[in-house]
Amino acid sequence: MKFYNKKQALIVSIILKKLKSAFADLLPIIIVITFFQLVVIKQPLPHIREVIFGSFLVVIGLTLFVQGLEMGLFPIGETLAHALARKGSLFWLLFFAFALGFSTTVAEPALIAVAAEAADIAGSGGLIPQSPDSLKRYALGLRLSVAVSVGLAILIGVLRIIRGWPIHYLIIGGYVVVMLMTIIAPKEIIGIAYDAGGVTTSTITVPLVAALGVGLASIIKGRSPLVDGFGLIAFASLLPMIFVMGYGLIIFS
Amino acid sequence: MEFILDFGKILLATFRDVLPIIALIIGFQLFVLRQPIPHLRQVIVGGIYVVIGLALFLAGLEKALFPLGKIMAAQLSDPAFIHGQTSVVDHADWRVYGWVYLFAAMIGFATTIAEPSLIAVAFKANEVSAGTISQWGLRITVAIGVAFGISLGTFRIVTGTPLYLYILSGYVIVIIQTVFAPKRIIALAYDSGGVTTSTVTVPLVAALGLGLSAAVPGRDPALDGFGLIAFASLFPIIAVMGYAQFMQLSINRKKKLQEKKKNAL
Repeated sequence: MKFYNKKQALIVSIILKKLKSAFADLLPIIIVITFFQLVVIKQPLPHIREVIFGSFLVVIGLTLFVQGLEMGLFPIGETLAHALARKGSLFWLLFFAFALGFSTTVAEPALIAVAAEAADIAGSGGLIPQSPDSLKRYALGLRLSVAVSVGLAILIGVLRIIRGWPIHYLIIGGYVVVMLMTIIAPKEIIGIAYDAGGVTTSTITVPLVAALGVGLASIIKGRSPLVDGFGLIAFASLLPMIFVMGYGLIIFS
Repeated sequence: MEFILDFGKILLATFRDVLPIIALIIGFQLFVLRQPIPHLRQVIVGGIYVVIGLALFLAGLEKALFPLGKIMAAQLSDPAFIHGQTSVVDHADWRVYGWVYLFAAMIGFATTIAEPSLIAVAFKANEVSAGTISQWGLRITVAIGVAFGISLGTFRIVTGTPLYLYILSGYVIVIIQTVFAPKRIIALAYDSGGVTTSTVTVPLVAALGLGLSAAVPGRDPALDGFGLIAFASLFPIIAVMGYAQFMQLSINRKKKLQEKKKNAL
């Protein structure tokens, strides 16, 4: 087979390279599952054809996703950071930060699932009335408090980049608050609160928020993108824990 | 045919995830910024790639890996597998769950390597540090942290010790490390805790936690099933700072050796 010209040959080789790197990302999962299936559980892989087809989809999907990151999500995050910084209005920058955190979290399916489950636990534990109405209200309140906390987290994170506050004081301060609240919070909500920190940041929000932070840190004088640009996601996983425990304290007492 | 329907549903759900972001950006463009976006066409194509790519990724996971991972988590924590066919146990001995800890560690490592948000953050960190932070180095360090965390988390479920003891001691370690770790790595280390637990890791790990707490005698899925995700987001922070500290120590030691050589000469 002969390629039509050099440009097409180049494109094909780039695509192959990207597919290969996506395959490398998936390889550990394949190895682990095969090892346990054959050596430990000692059963042949079920639905082998579906598994291969699914893995093929995963590789293609990951390749497209990474390509899209470089072309779309990272540039738009940086462009917005630059445009907002150039506009010079602190209000709009902070408003954007809050809205980004809140709007991407409030409808997050993982959060909706966790909130519903938490309501069931609280209901069966007798902490709130068992009626469907009160369960729904409880779940909605939980969701809203997580979404508000993520919005606030991004807002505080952006403010930190602008002011140049050292991140470790804020995060350690947050940890101390989590520790203190763990002591007084009702036991039923602690596990959910700890997990809430992990489920809030979705796969599309993370790259956008990372690009926003790094973009801001690189345009503001005296900030380093590495030292100051990261940290937004850390706030977004810390603050929900505090808010969920706080919500538990208010509702249950 | 059924698959196309499933894929359509996932694509729609992914699109719904992006909708608030699109609305926010358009709103800001129209009412606040009022500036053209450079390379608009490329950005839009990239956005479409992200949505379709993520949907294909999720569809593939749901088709192939999630069912398998969930079946395996159930099989490994099955009392018949752990204690043999006949014996009836009412007391959990943490030592017989060896395969579960190993599976937890390995699946934690493997899913973290495939986690798209970690790939994105590693890409950015590599770009911003002008190549001194390698993408694979960061991802493997984070994955080791997740592996250790989830393995410890399954141990906690088996033994039934309270979650907060582990998490609070983890925090104390993080605080001590923060004092000594190189300042430039701290923000990235904190961030790497949040990005590990998303699309790939959460469903598999949640299945493992719920399956295990249902199978171990004396555990309640509602109370003990939670918490694995907290482990998976705490230990990468420790791993990344630890790795940075180790690198700094070895660089310092080399420098000292060189100075000694110079002084000796």
